[in-house]
Amino acid sequence: MISNDLGLFLIFFSAMIVNNILLIRFIALCSFFGISNNLQASAGMGMAVIFVMVMSSSISWMVYHFILIPFDLTYLRTASFILTIATFVQFTEMFIRKYAPVLYRALGIYLPLIVVNCAVLASAFLAIDYELNFIKSVIYTIGVGFGYTFAIIVFAGIRERISMAPVPKYFKGYPIAFITASFMSLAILGFKGLFGL
Amino acid sequence: MSSLGKEFTKGIFKENPILIIMLGLCPTLAVSTSASDAFGMGAAFTFVLLMSNIVIALIRKAVPEQIRIPVYITVISAFVTIVDYTMKAYLPALSRSLGVFVPLIVVNCIVMGRAEAFASKNTIAASLMDALGMSIGFTLIITILGAIREIFGNGSVFKQAIFPSTYQPFLIMILPPGAFLVIGFMMAIQKWLSDKGGKR
Repeated sequence: MISNDLGLFLIFFSAMIVNNILLIRFIALCSFFGISNNLQASAGMGMAVIFVMVMSSSISWMVYHFILIPFDLTYLRTASFILTIATFVQFTEMFIRKYAPVLYRALGIYLPLIVVNCAVLASAFLAIDYELNFIKSVIYTIGVGFGYTFAIIVFAGIRERISMAPVPKYFKGYPIAFITASFMSLAILGFKGLFGL
Repeated sequence: MSSLGKEFTKGIFKENPILIIMLGLCPTLAVSTSASDAFGMGAAFTFVLLMSNIVIALIRKAVPEQIRIPVYITVISAFVTIVDYTMKAYLPALSRSLGVFVPLIVVNCIVMGRAEAFASKNTIAASLMDALGMSIGFTLIITILGAIREIFGNGSVFKQAIFPSTYQPFLIMILPPGAFLVIGFMMAIQKWLSDKGGKR
């Protein structure tokens, strides 16, 4: 379990590998299966997710600790986080388009998709649920983002090979992709218990 | 009346949200470790989808086109908060095992998708039937998945033991890889069934 007692490295490692957000926690699977048939798109999506996730969960952390708790409004958590993230993504898109056109061409099309990417909202929730302090919650989210990118890139590579392999008729497409994900998840499960995580 | 019936049944078979449209996979796989958890998730989901579809169908003419997405998200998140707090108060054990997936219903693609694709364009009655059908389709699949995993992984279903105590549980089924494996096979079976039905 992740808590404030763990060191920064263990929090990062646990978020990225041991509790991998896609393969172990089953969050953000829609994009995992939807986008992973293209290696380049997967890498772009991964980068966009890391960036948005770290920024928006830091903002959500501040909103929660400096606004919701002092005014005793914690029941507004779900609504306020999703609005924070949606606003932030909109704002980022406008900012990047104006000031960093190269980055915009690389990330642009993935940014709107991220609003409905549950990984971003989930990492904000989980950092609050684990009662992490600010630094640790930032490290935690970076770990989650790298875990997402790692899993989706590896999966996209495997799927490119599978598309050329002879697969039983009814398993073509999504069924075989799920079974592949099952074996990846099995491999990641092997890390469970390492360093007592 | 027949068209209302069609809105209802399409969610269960022809446009099943999980197996055909492939939406809402995260809670499906994560909370289906036992049949009762899966059923609880289905119930929470049904409430949110039903209420938000009704409300969105009611206000669809008053909402300006440009800001419809934030408005829908706010409506959905209000109902998600109601479910979350009700569950915490009356069913604390279920709430603990579902964990972060209850607040995550707010970004569940099925809810948003139905709001955007159906409730914003149709009457209240049609939206109600659509929501009912979709939720039953979702609850059905998630409960079957939970039951299969619980039977093999724990030797029981709805916490009632079905195998004698000498049964060695197939532990991998209730661990994360089992979820991917079972849903993969369920999709293959669904493809096979619809192919057979098409030929006839």
